Amino acid sequence: MKEEALAKLQILAESAKYDVSCASSGTTRKSKAGGIGSTAGWGICHSFTEDGRCVSLLKIMLTNYCIYDCAYCINRRSNDIRRATFSVDELVELTIEFYRRNYIEGLFLSSGVINNPDYTMERMVRVIKELRTTHRFNGYIHMKSIPGCSQQLVHEAGLYADRLSVNIEIPTEKNLKLLAPEKNHESVFKPMQFIQQGMIENAEERKKSRYVQRFVPAGQSTQMIVGATDESDKQILKTSDFLYNQPGMKRVYYSGFIPVNSYDSRLPALKQPPLVRENRLYQADWLLRFYEFKVDEIVDDKHPDLDLEIDPKLSWALRHPEFFPVDINKAEYRDLLRVPGIGVKSAKLIVVSRRYTRLNAQDLKKIGIVMKKAQYFITCNELSGLNTVSDTSPEYVRSLLVPKKKGQKQPDLHQMSLIFPE
Amino acid sequence: MIVFRYDKTFEGLLTAVFDAYNRNTFPVKLLSSDEIELLFVDACHTVITDPKKSGRVWKGLEKRMMPVTRNMLTYVWLSEISGCDETVFRYIRKVFDSKTSIEMNFADDDVLQVRNIAQKVNREKLRVIEFVRFQKTADGIFFAPIAPEHNVLPLTLEHFTDRFADQQWIIYDTKRDYGYFYNLKETTEITLDSDTLILEGKVNEELLDPNEQLFQRMWKSYFRSMAIKERINPKLHRQHLPVRFWKYLTEKQ
Ligand code: SF4
Repeated sequence: MKEEALAKLQILAESAKYDVSCASSGTTRKSKAGGIGSTAGWGICHSFTEDGRCVSLLKIMLTNYCIYDCAYCINRRSNDIRRATFSVDELVELTIEFYRRNYIEGLFLSSGVINNPDYTMERMVRVIKELRTTHRFNGYIHMKSIPGCSQQLVHEAGLYADRLSVNIEIPTEKNLKLLAPEKNHESVFKPMQFIQQGMIENAEERKKSRYVQRFVPAGQSTQMIVGATDESDKQILKTSDFLYNQPGMKRVYYSGFIPVNSYDSRLPALKQPPLVRENRLYQADWLLRFYEFKVDEIVDDKHPDLDLEIDPKLSWALRHPEFFPVDINKAEYRDLLRVPGIGVKSAKLIVVSRRYTRLNAQDLKKIGIVMKKAQYFITCNELSGLNTVSDTSPEYVRSLLVPKKKGQKQPDLHQMSLIFPE
Repeated sequence: MIVFRYDKTFEGLLTAVFDAYNRNTFPVKLLSSDEIELLFVDACHTVITDPKKSGRVWKGLEKRMMPVTRNMLTYVWLSEISGCDETVFRYIRKVFDSKTSIEMNFADDDVLQVRNIAQKVNREKLRVIEFVRFQKTADGIFFAPIAPEHNVLPLTLEHFTDRFADQQWIIYDTKRDYGYFYNLKETTEITLDSDTLILEGKVNEELLDPNEQLFQRMWKSYFRSMAIKERINPKLHRQHLPVRFWKYLTEKQ
């Protein structure tokens, strides 16, 4: 490896960093004799950037030259920035050497578009093919599929990558066309369908023979930029919900818009990226995936945007005082999950522990329930529920639970547990 | 008050359980062999560690416990938290004395404690898996010094042996002065007798592979490029990346 690769690395990492989907989970692969690496199902963060994001994969671009001119992207062709291109060998060696030092879980490869989508995609596929075949690399590989590339290349990529992704970026087509006139939703949804189709066919073939190679075992993911355009949270979450209903769609990421090209008047002028909103969207996303909530319960025509002051679950609870109080010693798991202050883990603990004893407030605290919140929504043994939201009023409970503003307008991000959850 | 003395090994602790049931006297305190005698001690029994006895206790637990919860006891032991041996002792007694399984009764203090400590140790194990940084030495061995809060190296071996099967490596606990060496075939426990090999948490530069510094520089520069300045959040950064590991993290040098 030569010194000049260091300069390229700097340029191409800088260009790749705005993509937030860093997760490396979703597949488990034991190492194979003679090969290097393994993949852990739970996803490993090897470091954290100074903004607190997980560093799991070597997130890098093959090149940051691009023929397109998307308004929200730092690499758009009209930007005057330093440009570089890695050779296939350089990228392969870098990945292996970083991996051997336990810096990373694997590679996350994306790229600007050079010449045309297929030309670009073909070179990306060569990198991951080389890693998997020549070097027998068993670490994690996530590759971006280039919008508009051929089905055949998506298929080949799927044989070597654990996960493929195509970013929607802008939640509605109207706004996508506004900011990226050379793209449309079809160019995004096409490769998504190719991936989906590949996964379904592969599952069929593997039923017949276990020896058929797996096709993107960790499924696909996508990302939406939040706050670059005027979509409501309802529009965003509806899009997420639609995507999650597609087989093989594992994660939708939300990325608070960072005004990289402030000179472009199509973009809003933001002082700060909308981090609180981004965090609320992740929380809502969790409610969809793990808390058995429906989109319409989280946002509707009356409440098209998430409440920035309180989390979406508390927000739902305050709109539905009739649902409470929930009896800790009797309620079904599903209903326990609806209580603010009770998470998936503690709901499960409640269900197993109450087989032994009737639980009281003391026990709940020990189990790790946030009583500060939960007390207004439950009854248990001695806590007969004088204070609950159904006995007082949602406004009253809200006033107790909204964090007091100490001169700062936004809730303290540090207090939020789900900034980049996997 | 009855106390037992034992050699502060896990086998010794299990032997103590065996002795207690055998003599039908149960200690209130467990002391190491050289700890000073407490006041108000009525009787003191000295446990002689016996693999046969400890093996029988472990077998007995196997019958009464799920493998996951039994493993937790090892984790609690490796925590090295003071008094954790007494927690394990009380927990085992409850397992033997109860007709039904106590493993999920988190309203019981010891059961909850065991779970909480085991979780802590598990978290530290994961941190080691994440934060170990290998440095390639001139003789081709990938070397990583680290100082975990709990004694978790043994718990990480399976992971590292699987993942780095085609390179020679050493992971070394500088706090407890022991480590493991994998020679492409097997992993053995080692103690280094040189004190010039590791300086300030890093392998002595003179002993490094010629390319090592370049890769370290690349990793550092990559790490720096990744931060998005509009989102800098030092509190969150430290919460995820505890300061006590920084010394061993190439990117934090
Ligand atoms: S195609 Fe991709 S790299 Fe090129 S300008 Fe658009 S978003 Fe940026």
